[in-house]
Parts: sequence; structure tokens; C-alpha cells
Amino acid sequence: MTEVQGDDPLVLGGQKFGSRLIMGTGGAPSLDVLGRALTASGTEVTTVAMRRIDPASPGSVLDLLAERGIKVLPNTAGCFTAAEAVRTARLAAEALATTWVKLEVIADEVTLLPDPVELLDAAERLVAEGFTVLPYTNDDPVLARRLEQAGCAAVMPLGAPIGSGLGIRNPHNIELMVHAASVPVILDAGVGTASDAAFAMELGCSAVLLATSVTRARDPELMAAAMRSAVIAGRLAFRAGRIPRRFYAVASSPPVTG
Amino acid sequence: MEIVINGTAREVADDMSLDRAVELISSAATGIAAAVNGEVVRRGSWPSTRLASGDQVDVLTAVQGG
Repeated sequence: MTEVQGDDPLVLGGQKFGSRLIMGTGGAPSLDVLGRALTASGTEVTTVAMRRIDPASPGSVLDLLAERGIKVLPNTAGCFTAAEAVRTARLAAEALATTWVKLEVIADEVTLLPDPVELLDAAERLVAEGFTVLPYTNDDPVLARRLEQAGCAAVMPLGAPIGSGLGIRNPHNIELMVHAASVPVILDAGVGTASDAAFAMELGCSAVLLATSVTRARDPELMAAAMRSAVIAGRLAFRAGRIPRRFYAVASSPPVTG
Repeated sequence: MEIVINGTAREVADDMSLDRAVELISSAATGIAAAVNGEVVRRGSWPSTRLASGDQVDVLTAVQGG
């Protein structure tokens, strides 16, 4: 069952999903708030990070996802090299019994931009090990093509740096990726508000992945509902086909006669 | 002997097995993974993995992120 009537499901790594909104879990003020936001978002896939166990940490994000039947997508957040990312993916596979991984290999702490050389290296290694690799990548159509050729199950370009809320800075590049890719293009990072998510879908993205714009909103649950509607609206608009942009007006009412 | 578990040095019995070392951190039956000196060790191999003095043991789980 898809969220848009008559729509095809999102097919990712051979699995079908009705929702085209993938959520992250970082930044929520509490597990309770996160849980309500995830429910409101309608998401079916949600990312988690892998970290050393903190015995003082309250509750488990895994329980939260399991209770809601949401698929867990571990990420390699915080990794700066291909070697670190591969090791983190293996740890996640062992801990969570999944071969899916959102591959993040960042270049520095200030921009959190992907390091393209390390990213491609890690993607090739993880694909060879049998992982379903979903790479967080720059808005670079050539790098996206190389990641697809490496066997990634999707390409996930940033709209803008993680957590920046700057929206989609280079929509033309996102469109170029959508036109060229035969795997899903998922807008990942940069979404600030609902219109950004709708715009990504209007550009032809197959899905949107976001966290901060919901978890750090004044009302995360309400923003999650907004994002759910925005992704649906953008998908509907993409399928409907926008009108061409014109320099002059085109009257929408018939001319006055008699 | 001394080993380092999740970044903290600990005095443990000589030849401690990895499953006993993990128990010092977590009793969770699922959702955790362990690495010794950066190499992931499958859960089924924890009891037969003997630790040596100075080994670095990491025990991880999923947390909010991304």
C-alpha cells in the first residue's frame, strides 16, 4: 500500500516501501518525542548510528523502531576513512542482523561533506562483501554515476550540508542525477522545512531522508506530519507533471465575448 | 591482566574470554556487537576468543543518529 494512490512503491534493495520518507533519529530531545514523530512521519525505514554502549543511556532506539515495525538502517556516521566505515558497517551487521547500510564517510567536522575518494572506496568494498549500500554523497552527478556503477542500491545526494536546513542548493544537479540513475535517488540532508522535501520529490527524487528538520523543530511531531504530507504532495506533483515556465501570462479564463 | 573496554582500562582475570568481557558492559541478548583491536568478532565466537593483556575491546550498539 503506497501513500499516493496509484503510485508505485519505493523499491530499495529489492524491498518495497509505501512511504517515501526515510527518517533519521539524531537530535530528538527524548525517545518519547522521537517515537511520536516517527509515528507521525509514516516512515518505514529509519537510520541509527553505532556507538560504544553507554550503561547510563536510558531506553533503546531499537525498541522504539521495533515497536513501530520500522526497518532499522544503520549508518556509518562519524567515519572519516573507508576502513573505518567498512568496520562500522560490519559491526552494525553483527549487532542488528542486517546487511543494509547508509554509508557516510565524511571529510571534516565543520562541513560534514562526504569525502568522495574514501566514499567510493568504501562502497566498492562493502558491495563486494554483500552489503546493500546506500551512500550519502555530494550533489555530484559524476560521483553518483560511479557509485551506481560500483553496485550501490541507491544514491543519496545532499541538498545542503547535514543539519544546515539550507534546502536544495543545486537542484539542477539533483535533476541530472535523477535523469541518469537507474537506482533510486534519495535526497539526503539539507532539508529545512516541508517545501524543501516537496521540492526534492518534484525534482524526481524517489524518496527523502531527513532528521534534523523534524527532531529539532519546535514541535517535532507536527513537523513530521508536515514532512509526510510534503513528500506525498511533491510525489503527486512530479507524477502530474508541472506546467512549463513562461515569460508572459497565459489567461486561465476564456476571453470576454459579446 | 589489564585490558581496555570501551576506552576504559580494567583489571580482569588472565585469559578472560570475550563473552565475559562483554558481560561487564552489557547483558543484552541482541543488538550489540564486539570488536577486539578493531576486528569484529562474531557473537558465536565470543566464548572461544581469549583476550590478551593490552587488548582493546569495543562493545557497540545502535543509538540515535543520522
